[in-house]
Amino acid sequence: MMQEVILYLFIGFSIMSVLVILLNRNVFYSALALLTCLISLSGIYGLLQAEFLAVTQLLIYAGGVLVLMIFGIMLTNRIAGKSFESKSHNWIPGILVTTSLLVVLVITFQNSSIKATQNELNTGNHIRNVGIELMSTYAAPFEVSGVLLLVCLIGAALTASSFKKSSHE
Amino acid sequence: MLSTIYFMLPFLVLYTILVVYAERKISAFMQDRLGPMEVGYYGLLQTVADLLKLIQKEDIVPATASKSLFKIAPLLIFVPIFLGFSFLPLSPAWGSSPFSSALFFLVAIISLDVIGIIVAGWASNNKYSMLGTLRSAAQIISYEVPLGLSALCVCILTQTLDLQEISFQQGILVKDQTNFLFGIKSLDVDVTLTGGFLTWNVFRMPILLFAWCIFFIASLAESNRAPFDLPEAESELVAGFQTEYSGFRWAVIMLAEYAMMLLVSFAGVILFWGSWNTPLPNIGSLKLADWTTGSTGSISLHLWGIFWLVSKTLFTVALQIWVRWTYPRMRIDQLTSLSWKLLTPVALVLLIICSLWKLVL
Repeated sequence: MMQEVILYLFIGFSIMSVLVILLNRNVFYSALALLTCLISLSGIYGLLQAEFLAVTQLLIYAGGVLVLMIFGIMLTNRIAGKSFESKSHNWIPGILVTTSLLVVLVITFQNSSIKATQNELNTGNHIRNVGIELMSTYAAPFEVSGVLLLVCLIGAALTASSFKKSSHE
Repeated sequence: MLSTIYFMLPFLVLYTILVVYAERKISAFMQDRLGPMEVGYYGLLQTVADLLKLIQKEDIVPATASKSLFKIAPLLIFVPIFLGFSFLPLSPAWGSSPFSSALFFLVAIISLDVIGIIVAGWASNNKYSMLGTLRSAAQIISYEVPLGLSALCVCILTQTLDLQEISFQQGILVKDQTNFLFGIKSLDVDVTLTGGFLTWNVFRMPILLFAWCIFFIASLAESNRAPFDLPEAESELVAGFQTEYSGFRWAVIMLAEYAMMLLVSFAGVILFWGSWNTPLPNIGSLKLADWTTGSTGSISLHLWGIFWLVSKTLFTVALQIWVRWTYPRMRIDQLTSLSWKLLTPVALVLLIICSLWKLVL
């Protein structure tokens, strides 16, 4: 009972914060609302026993990505001294994309059969299972994403240092 | 969950009052002064008086600030840190939230703290606040990497992220596990029942001492303490992101800073220095470790556990205060190059050495 109340509270929070993102003109407020949304989602994952997913959501999205985003907004906004407001563009393509996504999600949800019971989820050490699965069943995607991150890292290091120097010479 | 409300919250308030006093006294002694002497015996009530003064002060919100964000920001700084306390085990029988990835969660929670600081700095609408915020964000993001890597070194040894299980492994209460001296099997000295400091993580794998050094330096930066107190550098930025705050809201920000010191000290003690385990080993018939652990099922188990955990943690806090009044503040370029060019590579090398130690020795 208590869990359900908290679950609906999180769902309400995420929907409300998404509405704030849509209806607000101030980019900084929108970024904060996105943060609220991501933290609520992480709370929902936690309540549904997906511990690892919840913490990863918190660490990567809420902690990392969003800090960088807010960072960018702050630099462009207050220090430059001009207001930074978002406007709505591309109404028709936006509505088309979101409606088709909604249709896909609803059809998938109706056709799928989610049967994982409470007992199945609670067995053993959750994070150990995640680790073993990542290194065995999903080894290839795991390694590929690692390579992708390495490429990003090299690219960032290059743009930050030697790239600039060579363009000067 | 309950340990947070029954123990951590009262402890945190008492600790903050005492440690602010301790900080002023220690700094005074290090500079050959007396420090606060007037209020109460030997100045003991100085912090209480300061707190009463802060509560009475007017709550000033700058006219051009984003009012609601400005008001809520101190709470946004404090709440993630306080949430971190709910994952700490207190004694063998008094665990925390049953969470198999508690350490991972702790690292994530510590990183959320920066969002409160960003909101505080942005909402103040002040150039000094903004500069302090930018520094703080850069600092916390870059020091998270060595902090996480040094904690990972411990995970290699313990093979779990559960803080209570990590604690059990470091003492005489452990089951289904043999602890060898320095973790070297070929020495063939079994210290499982000897306990004491010999089974702490830094002694089970001595290379972790260096990992702890990195953890300690990074944790100083995470809690914005000197020599990494650039976000609030008084001499250049007035007070950084907290310039515009006054009264009780400022007190909450200070509470968050001291709570962060305590949280990282707890984490360091649990990961490296034996958690709630006694430092005294069993020597022959002198069962010092058994005597200072308490018997299972009785209240003594709680009392000894909390006593050892808290005293080791407070020692680490004292170390942080000592460092603050010893070293000068670093420049921002020194700060980032220390993190990315020294601590991160060293932490990566330590990670490999730890893996080899675990696999080969």
